[in-house]
Amino acid sequence: MAGIVGYGAYIPRYRIKVEEIAHVWGKDARAISGGLGVKEKSVPSLDEDTITISTQAARNALEYCGIDPQKIGAVYVGSESHPYAVKPSATVVAEAIGATPELMAADYEFACKAGTAAMQTCMAFVDSGMVDYGLAIGTDTSQGRPGDPLEYTTAAGGAAYIIGKKDTVADIEATYSFTTDTPDFWRREGEPYPSHGARFTGEPGYFRHVRGATEGLLEKTGYKFDDFDYVVFHQPNGKFPMRMAKKFGIPKEKIEVGLLTPMIGNTYSGSTPLGLAAVLDVARPGQLILATSFGSGAGGDSFAIKVTDKIHKNPRPVKDYVERRSYLTYGEYIKHRKKIRM
Amino acid sequence: MPHRKSLASVWRRIPQRYRMESTMCETCGTYFFPPRNFCPTCRRKSKIKHYAAKGTGKVYSYTVIHVPQEGFELEIPYVLAVVELDEGAKLTAQLCDVDLEDLKIGMPVEVTFRRISEGKGGGIIHYAYKFTPISGQNK
Repeated sequence: MAGIVGYGAYIPRYRIKVEEIAHVWGKDARAISGGLGVKEKSVPSLDEDTITISTQAARNALEYCGIDPQKIGAVYVGSESHPYAVKPSATVVAEAIGATPELMAADYEFACKAGTAAMQTCMAFVDSGMVDYGLAIGTDTSQGRPGDPLEYTTAAGGAAYIIGKKDTVADIEATYSFTTDTPDFWRREGEPYPSHGARFTGEPGYFRHVRGATEGLLEKTGYKFDDFDYVVFHQPNGKFPMRMAKKFGIPKEKIEVGLLTPMIGNTYSGSTPLGLAAVLDVARPGQLILATSFGSGAGGDSFAIKVTDKIHKNPRPVKDYVERRSYLTYGEYIKHRKKIRM
Repeated sequence: MPHRKSLASVWRRIPQRYRMESTMCETCGTYFFPPRNFCPTCRRKSKIKHYAAKGTGKVYSYTVIHVPQEGFELEIPYVLAVVELDEGAKLTAQLCDVDLEDLKIGMPVEVTFRRISEGKGGGIIHYAYKFTPISGQNK
């Protein structure tokens, strides 16, 4: 059975407060922050992008497990903000960690769930014996149009998972996906910012697919919600995952550990992988984790993950990255995000 | 790190820029960065061997750039440092995620992977090492 051999996270150090953005657009900061359940979001440095964040997360994952990068046989990078339209992020990441040249590599895109799709691909490669180790990464430096509600949450960060069979720190017992054509959120070729269906992104998008994937996983495995010690749902804001948990009758304590959006915003493809990493940082052997991602367009990937006795202290825990922060003004923020035309 | 237009010259530097791979002389134990294929001290007695730097070191000296070269206008003021690697080699690199008031000669730093520059009009993006202070999450 494929499992997680190593994992690593990375979140840029810069933040902007919801209050600062709301002030610029003449909105009520308290109402927006309360409505979204988000206080501030992470912002990449001028020299950071999906490739650099993915590389740092991958290096942290290698540091965690100590495997030889030459043993990695597949690298898949999931993101909706790949720096190139044509030229893979995965080749740069693979080269930077020293995994080339004997490997399969490609980029994935499925809105916010490209990272978990990469994990499933690596699981299949490992289970079929095609590779010993696969590296799956979910990262984004997501974009929000100035003045759009998305601007309050679109953040940057990522997490990397080394999937293998030997010395797993957590076994992925099962995965289940739920996919339909739902036009809740999209970005056309050449467009700098995404468009979305506002409230349509809720019930027909997020809730239907997270519910579909999660219920499918429970039916497949026979688990009940009570069996899980921690739950991670995709977190486009601080409210949706809490509401989903409430509908399922999952107590707040089980979801809070992996809920990072209130402090760092929505890291898109990095969202569920980072939430899961925060849970693995504190999980004990034998504990069971439910993780369900959501990607607009739309689909959800659900995982049942059991922590093994090989779990050990993460030298670069998610918490440290969350706490490392330096605030930007809105003016500095638009410079960082290259929103100024020069 | 000068901006180079030739794709081939950028591509040839990938091992040193991405993974800090270089060479050392086994005869005298000197580590080089960037790589040399000849030791200036041992000359014909040079025994050149490949190594990859661990990526940790300390600031040997630094300067703060206020008048940038083309392509770095958005980044000012930024820090250019001479970093002395634990292996002993010294190299010039940008320091990132550092507050100017914290800058100190001797401060421990570690390697990170960042964008350096990009070609104009949809050109290639150049990635390479930069250094960041070892503190907090980096300990």
